[in-house]
Amino acid sequence: MTEDMTGLPHDQGSQWYDGEAGPLVRPYAMTGGRTKPGPTGVRFDLIALVTLDAGAPGPGEDSALGPEHRALIDLCRLETQSVAELGAGADLPVGVVRVLLGDLLELGCVTVSRPVPPAQLPDERILREVIEGLRAL
Amino acid sequence: MVSENSDAQDGEPTALALKILVAGGFGVGKTTLVGAVSEIRPLRTEELLSEAGQLVDDTDGVDQKVTTTVAMDFGRITIRSGLSLYLFGTPGQDRFWFLWDELSQGALGAVVLADTRRLEDCFPAVDYFEHRHIPFVVAVNCFAGARSYGAHDVSRALDLDQGTPVVLCDARDRDSGKEVLIRLVEYAGRMHTARLLDSVG
Repeated sequence: MTEDMTGLPHDQGSQWYDGEAGPLVRPYAMTGGRTKPGPTGVRFDLIALVTLDAGAPGPGEDSALGPEHRALIDLCRLETQSVAELGAGADLPVGVVRVLLGDLLELGCVTVSRPVPPAQLPDERILREVIEGLRAL
Repeated sequence: MVSENSDAQDGEPTALALKILVAGGFGVGKTTLVGAVSEIRPLRTEELLSEAGQLVDDTDGVDQKVTTTVAMDFGRITIRSGLSLYLFGTPGQDRFWFLWDELSQGALGAVVLADTRRLEDCFPAVDYFEHRHIPFVVAVNCFAGARSYGAHDVSRALDLDQGTPVVLCDARDRDSGKEVLIRLVEYAGRMHTARLLDSVG
């Protein structure tokens, strides 16, 4: 039985992990193994905007939500956040954020904006506003 | 007026976010450009390849599942409350094309950053946006020490469609980056109007 230890240096599977190896907790552990958001089945765009809804628990309020869910809610409390920003803010991969947001959407904690379809890109007025805004930066 | 928000019925002005992609070869200055114009320091978001790339990555024979992530840097510019611009640096490697499809969905347009010392690095990006009719401008990042070419030379070398703007820029410089974005939004507006006219007439 002790011979297990002697084979260690040659065992590819038991090398030490370093930062490059990524997180030691498999990301989808936080979603209970789910890789797709709930029954709504929408794939949230990276720039879909997430706003708190009435069902969200207040700051420090007790809820059955897990720490990652609460982290997302806390980020949205500050201001409306895009899906990409939530991923960066909570240090979670976007795929995980999407699943957690699906939960929060179903619970009525958040609303998620739909991205603008390519065929309906903003009208000229908005583009002019963007150009003026950029000039003024 | 387009409807951008699922809860538009509550009478509040709906928030609108626009997406601009920054593409180009590895090390051409994509993140630098994003950082120069963004009001937040460039953030990094990660996509899991085991999810997004399941149709692309051939994992047959890989008995030990490895979670691979690809990072995308992005920045934000708030035009006003309820109207913001998000800039996404596209992953440089070709094997992440599938991410481009997601990124470019609904994108207002793209900036293709080019380095005249290795212009061929931006060919794939130019092809990509041309094929999908996504408005883009070519921004030539004028590295110190790089021989300078005129916008016209670059346009010819890249065999760009007529009208595609070529802008010389310094990706580190905020004003220069702003100018690139302005040119892109102007161009995207012109393309959009032209398409609308086409569809009616």
